[in-house]
Amino acid sequence: MLDLWVGIFVCAGIGALLILALKVGNMGGLGGSDTYRLYARFDNIGGLKPRAPVKSAGVVVGRVEEVTFDNDRFVAKVAMNIETRYKFPKDTTASVLTSGLLGEQYIGLEGGGDTAVLAEGDSLKLTQSAVVLEKLIGQFLYSKAAEGGDDKK
Amino acid sequence: MTNDGVLRLGFAARFIALTLAHSGTSFVRFGLVIRELYFTGVLSLIIILVSGLFVGMVLGFQGFHTLQTYGSESALGVLVALSLVRELGPVVSALLFASRAGSAMTAEIGLMKATEQLSAMEMMAVDPISRVVAPRFWAGFISMPLLAAMFSAMGVFGGYLVGVVLIGVDEGSFWSQMQSAVDFREDILNGVIKSVVFGFAITWIALFEGYDAPPTAEGVSGATTRTVVTSSLAVLGLDFVLTSFMFRGI
Repeated sequence: MLDLWVGIFVCAGIGALLILALKVGNMGGLGGSDTYRLYARFDNIGGLKPRAPVKSAGVVVGRVEEVTFDNDRFVAKVAMNIETRYKFPKDTTASVLTSGLLGEQYIGLEGGGDTAVLAEGDSLKLTQSAVVLEKLIGQFLYSKAAEGGDDKK
Repeated sequence: MTNDGVLRLGFAARFIALTLAHSGTSFVRFGLVIRELYFTGVLSLIIILVSGLFVGMVLGFQGFHTLQTYGSESALGVLVALSLVRELGPVVSALLFASRAGSAMTAEIGLMKATEQLSAMEMMAVDPISRVVAPRFWAGFISMPLLAAMFSAMGVFGGYLVGVVLIGVDEGSFWSQMQSAVDFREDILNGVIKSVVFGFAITWIALFEGYDAPPTAEGVSGATTRTVVTSSLAVLGLDFVLTSFMFRGI
């Protein structure tokens, strides 16, 4: 009788863990499928973090593996794992985007027209950095000041 | 005073080392552990499940109320799941476990000592550490993570009941946002690690206080109180340390 209750207890505990892993968490999501590695260099990545999604047309096609600093070119180097079933042309553009107004940052891929596709270890040539609010405001002020100068002439 | 504290700490360290070293019997005669699992785990189920359900339901109400201000009530699932899995599940179930099972362990062992049952065992060449203490230690160590997982699962269900069934948050976005935000390794596994550490600390403190209790009625009652106070403080302190290691914000 005692054993039965303890058995039920242990089963319920493991069941709860499984529910947490499968229903609440995503259990890695892409963990099981095969991926290939792509690299992209950005002047500025903003707040991009490892494990951030890589999306194309809004569909998650991979995840950011790591973000490092390229000390030769002084840019950020992002390694991402893309699922093997998705192929992208050589002239794909990668940009750092934000989901919603205050949401997390992710990488958006936009396919080009090239017939050759990217393979393991390739780097994306065309990238677009994250929008930095301070720079945006700075540019706005600069253009305003330039306008003011024109008026005086 | 300080000397006494250091002395007790040293004895506690020697006690846990001795318990771990004499754990062989608990695994050879696993029935002993199963018996204790019944008392520490199964009998704590009701309080853990009911508290989990209510904590989750309260989180549902409070979270909805706050998130509504920002128009992001669909993120309710994320809020409920993350706060339960990362913090509330391990911590609150550990506090409940300390007061429900920890105090019982201390009182039982303290009374065994006061009525000289432990000495009687020694007279019969039965090692009280391996026969009485170690099975209780392993039972607490095993049941704590299971109880914490059940608490979290129950809490998520409570949040679902209030958020989706009662208030009417969209069911699809409740689950899908939760699933995309909760990471298995980062959140769930760290929560399990926390509860394992808490289980170790609580059973250690409870068993030591019982074993060290003065063999009087007063001594046992004092030891029981100390178990609850010390292990609650230990859980909260350890939670801070573990959280600062796990979620450094990088």
